[in-house]
Amino acid sequence: MATTSVELPRARYDYGGDEFIFVELDEAMSLEANFKAMAITSVLREENIEGVIDICPSNASYLIRIDPDRVHPAELVAHLESLEQTVQPLAEDKTLHTRLVDVPVLYNDPWTHETLMRFRDRHQDPEASDLEYAARINGFGTVSQLIDALSGAPFLVTMIGFVPGLPFCYQMVPRDRQIEVPKYVRPRTDTPERAFGYGGAFAVVYPVRGAGGYQLFGLAPAPVFDLTQSLADFRDSIVFPRPGDILRYRSIDQTEFDAVRAEVEKGTFHYRIREYEFSPAHFLADPDGVNVELLEVLYR
Amino acid sequence: MSELLVHRGGLHTTVQDIGRDGHYSLGIPPSGAMDQYSYRVANMLVGNPDGAAALEVTYVGPRIEFTDDRYVAVTGAEAAVTVNSEPVERWSTLTVRAGDVLDFAMLTAGARPYIAVSGGIGVDSYLGSRSTYTLTGLGGFQGRALKNDDRLPLGDDSVAPPTVGSTVPEKLRPTFPEVATLRTMIGLCSYRITDESMREFTEVPWKVTKDADRIGYRLRGGSLRFVDRKVPHGAGSDPANVVDLGYPIGSIQVPGGDEPIVLLNDAVTAGGYATVGTVVSVDRDTIAQTKSGDQVRFEPVDLDAALAARRDRRERLERTRESLRR
Repeated sequence: MATTSVELPRARYDYGGDEFIFVELDEAMSLEANFKAMAITSVLREENIEGVIDICPSNASYLIRIDPDRVHPAELVAHLESLEQTVQPLAEDKTLHTRLVDVPVLYNDPWTHETLMRFRDRHQDPEASDLEYAARINGFGTVSQLIDALSGAPFLVTMIGFVPGLPFCYQMVPRDRQIEVPKYVRPRTDTPERAFGYGGAFAVVYPVRGAGGYQLFGLAPAPVFDLTQSLADFRDSIVFPRPGDILRYRSIDQTEFDAVRAEVEKGTFHYRIREYEFSPAHFLADPDGVNVELLEVLYR
Repeated sequence: MSELLVHRGGLHTTVQDIGRDGHYSLGIPPSGAMDQYSYRVANMLVGNPDGAAALEVTYVGPRIEFTDDRYVAVTGAEAAVTVNSEPVERWSTLTVRAGDVLDFAMLTAGARPYIAVSGGIGVDSYLGSRSTYTLTGLGGFQGRALKNDDRLPLGDDSVAPPTVGSTVPEKLRPTFPEVATLRTMIGLCSYRITDESMREFTEVPWKVTKDADRIGYRLRGGSLRFVDRKVPHGAGSDPANVVDLGYPIGSIQVPGGDEPIVLLNDAVTAGGYATVGTVVSVDRDTIAQTKSGDQVRFEPVDLDAALAARRDRRERLERTRESLRR
């Protein structure tokens, strides 16, 4: 058995009205909780149960949307409770079929910097930039050390949502090395499209321009949402990220940013993607070792 | 030529149907008509199959010209409706010819009238639905609300012809009480709120603020207190924060404790505010017909009551269908 650092409590089952079932695996975030959410929901997808409309794995919980005229909510809850017992994502032989993806980010870019300077009155520390503030409260001596930490280890896509295509990402490092920041005191009314933001213990890329409360750390040159589906990676879906994807938010310079933007504009851009069989048990036993392997596979 | 010529778009008129299912896990809400009862009855009145696309009107109606013979019906919120400036019946099967103009006066009760035209609104289906989701400009007519001078395609008018003049009996139409009751299943993250505040939540009337649209309704009226806690890892330090989770449609979140938001058909699908319960699906029809300044109350119910409310609505729809056949 793998040694796990987080023991999950018994899950909590509740109804979200007559059309939703909400299952909270833990109040706190952990990779263990997310692996469980992912594993149960992927079994559910395969079971293809009549009346189940949407299956939404979330960070430390999951949400099911149903047609209660076709499946009784209480019967489905009983089934989900049995899955909680039988689905053991941390068993040695269990793997998740996933994608490793290189996601370039221009950290400390001029565009999000311009935006965040307009909203200093809504921030915890109006005298500092979001990156300076985050570096300080997380014990990094410099902003570039923080960027190295963000760029150094990959993130797991633990939930998609809020708006179409927004990936919530949790860094694949032990809890004592997790970077955590509060959300803005009052949300901004503006965020650039493709901004790389951070709130709580989650990194996101904003799919579209709009309001937002996450700290702004950079800008991604490539989209996560493409309604026109003109790029190859969007041929099957207007949304690129999927729950369970492993994303590396690689720090790039302005020259590479411009080059990627030009490819996106021409319609020739595609993400660097590698298919991968990911073992949660193996990962939790040796996160740093597995991360080295993930990056090795991604850039091979 | 089978089009609708939009002389005036109205405040926020969109193409909607029963909604776009199966994409919630990508952050794409179902959209669809907010008051499903009024929308479905409108389709019945013009002989459309269930699920045909209709127009959802918000607060201020459009002015529309027809370009061929069609059946038309207007249901939902109350407003005087005219064809060529002559008053016509609401909740009734009307006929129009090329050049006829349908127009609305100010609303007198409710918030959203529905307009169904035989053949349905003929925009392309997108991910299985013709519903409009304006946030990302997806579905419906160019992904947006109607504007002056739009030309809206209509579907093929080979429907089972309804009986002209058929009218829905008064008792099968929605009412618009002074304080709308929203049956609600308390739960989700209601453990974040003190027992006393949860009682207050279900006892006080809440007023619909001006921030009330298809994404959600923001309310004011009470002030809820959070239970003290040790912040769980990843949740965020604000008392209202939880580790970001999925939001049911109809769920009620309470950022700050004094401004509950009820999420509706264009819901944000997930986020990090504590949710305290969910309005039952049938009563989304009710909240859809409230507008800024109106009052609502949350009535706690259990799952059986929520399922019974569903059966009741289905029976009402069947009774309406029967009444139109006679």
